[in-house]
Amino acid sequence: MKGVRYYPGFLPLTILCLVVLYAPLAVVAVYSFNGSASITEWGGFSLRWYTDVFTGPEAVRFGQAAWNSLTIALIAATTATVIATAAALAMLRAGPFRGRQASFALINLPLMVPEIVIAVATLIFFSTIGLTTGYLTILLAHITFCIPFAYLPIAARLEGVEGTYEQAARDLYATRAQAFRLILLPLLMPGVISGWLLAFIISLDDFIITNFVKGAGMETLPTAIFGSVKQGIKPNIMAISTLMLLVSVLFVTAAYLINRKGRQAPATPGKTT
Amino acid sequence: MSIAVDIRDAVKSYGPVTALHGVSLAIADNEFFTLLGPSGCGKTTLLRLIAGFETITSGEIRLFGQDIARLEPNHRPVNTVFQNYALFPHLTVLENVAFGLKMQGVDAATRHARAGKMLEMVHLSQFADRMPAQLSGGQQQRVALARALAPAPKVLLLDEPLSALDLKLRQAMRVELKQLQEDTGITFVFVTHDQEEALTMSDRIAVMSNGRVQQTGTARDIYEAPVNRFVADFIGETNLLQVDVDSVSEGRATLTLPGGHRITCPSASTTTGKHHLSIRPERLTISPEADLTATVDRVVYLGTDLQVIAHLEGGQPITLRLQNAARTTPPDPGQRIGLHLEEGAARLLAD
Repeated sequence: MKGVRYYPGFLPLTILCLVVLYAPLAVVAVYSFNGSASITEWGGFSLRWYTDVFTGPEAVRFGQAAWNSLTIALIAATTATVIATAAALAMLRAGPFRGRQASFALINLPLMVPEIVIAVATLIFFSTIGLTTGYLTILLAHITFCIPFAYLPIAARLEGVEGTYEQAARDLYATRAQAFRLILLPLLMPGVISGWLLAFIISLDDFIITNFVKGAGMETLPTAIFGSVKQGIKPNIMAISTLMLLVSVLFVTAAYLINRKGRQAPATPGKTT
Repeated sequence: MSIAVDIRDAVKSYGPVTALHGVSLAIADNEFFTLLGPSGCGKTTLLRLIAGFETITSGEIRLFGQDIARLEPNHRPVNTVFQNYALFPHLTVLENVAFGLKMQGVDAATRHARAGKMLEMVHLSQFADRMPAQLSGGQQQRVALARALAPAPKVLLLDEPLSALDLKLRQAMRVELKQLQEDTGITFVFVTHDQEEALTMSDRIAVMSNGRVQQTGTARDIYEAPVNRFVADFIGETNLLQVDVDSVSEGRATLTLPGGHRITCPSASTTTGKHHLSIRPERLTISPEADLTATVDRVVYLGTDLQVIAHLEGGQPITLRLQNAARTTPPDPGQRIGLHLEEGAARLLAD
């Protein structure tokens, strides 16, 4: 039987899909190096918009927004990863319990619910309990929607780690805590790291929910970019976007590589003496 | 001789399902003891109860007199060799073997020296710095043994450890395991469904089925004097003939064989009436002094043996094994043969 790649029209269709997906990104990346102030006319290669991002009139605003985005992503991803690890352990190692199916649905529901619905609901919730919107509300919202993204790779990894490793550790005089720290956690690490990276990127990129719960005067990088674009697109936006794209690609690649390494050789060398 | 593991009325239920129905066993110190039975008979459950991976529903488990039935696994001085070995894939072979000692708080120099000794004992010293994934199945098996023996447990539990190995390696490991048990003087509790494994290595065997111990004894006991149909059928090959028991006294029964011949033989049953008689195929001989008369259906060539498949008058099947010696002339299909029962060849079973 012939592979799908021999079907008529395979090549043009593939190229069309790739163009639709990546041409806009390529245009932004290329025009971020534009020498002119126009976003459509090429004025020669220049790094002036990158300089503008860091030293220009909007540098302070973007700097503050970038700092907020980074710290929120770090804290949210870390907290979500801890919660997701605990959730995965409960789902896969605690044996059968009542409401296991329901718990599984609850953990993954945020992936299915339209983001705008979560955004509105979260905002209403915060105002109902009297929480002033700002850094804290963004952080809480980010932790929440990061959990399912962190959960999926961790649970997938945990499913592949047989329960006999922990039993063997317990049999060899390890306490529950030692069995987790010395045996299960190292075996789980590829899943934990890729879960964390995924959560980090999801938090860094989020716009809709953030925009609803950020409150006045508080900006993350995506909301700051959106704010600038409303006054017309300048090439410095393209430079920022390209930088964010670069960070995202780096993180996703890292997550992929770590996951692949973990899958190829569960025996990742490590010393514990 | 002192008792290493004393199990009394051990019951294990999973909700409505009962895996063990009041098992009692006394395993002696320095004994190679085997739990033998088909899958689902409860042998692995019993082993996991001793290790502490399962909690006992009711009953007692004593280890050299100390009640351990409700202790966590890390507080029980027993170690386990797992069926899939469960070597920690992120630790080197040496670190794997030293893990138990590390958890016991033994300092690095002492535990590495001891782990090194254990690896020497299983002939794997040169692999100390390898990762488990870089070893063959047989080598991993020996690392698992060294790891479980390193903390000098009072009892070593082995959960079908040879089942993942190929035949030649399995046969070599049987000898090695038995040797290891004698050298270390540690009590081994070995779980298997392979009767040949059980017969070749064990000092004593407990045959289990349906969550109960059917019979405990030496290999010879259970092979030659099975107490019931299950044991006779599970261990080796046997013929089970339906017979009428006329009288039983002092462990011997007088009964009528199919064809009308009357014999007396050892009996595990104390009642008269219809019972099963177990006759090992290799204890039947073709002879004019016939206790039974049979018609040959087929002769199967097995190399060292010839298997003769026949049926008695009345249709009950019967099989015999003849040694493939130079003087053996096998019967032909359709031929009527007289079968002689040597003294001790037949044994009446309790049902």
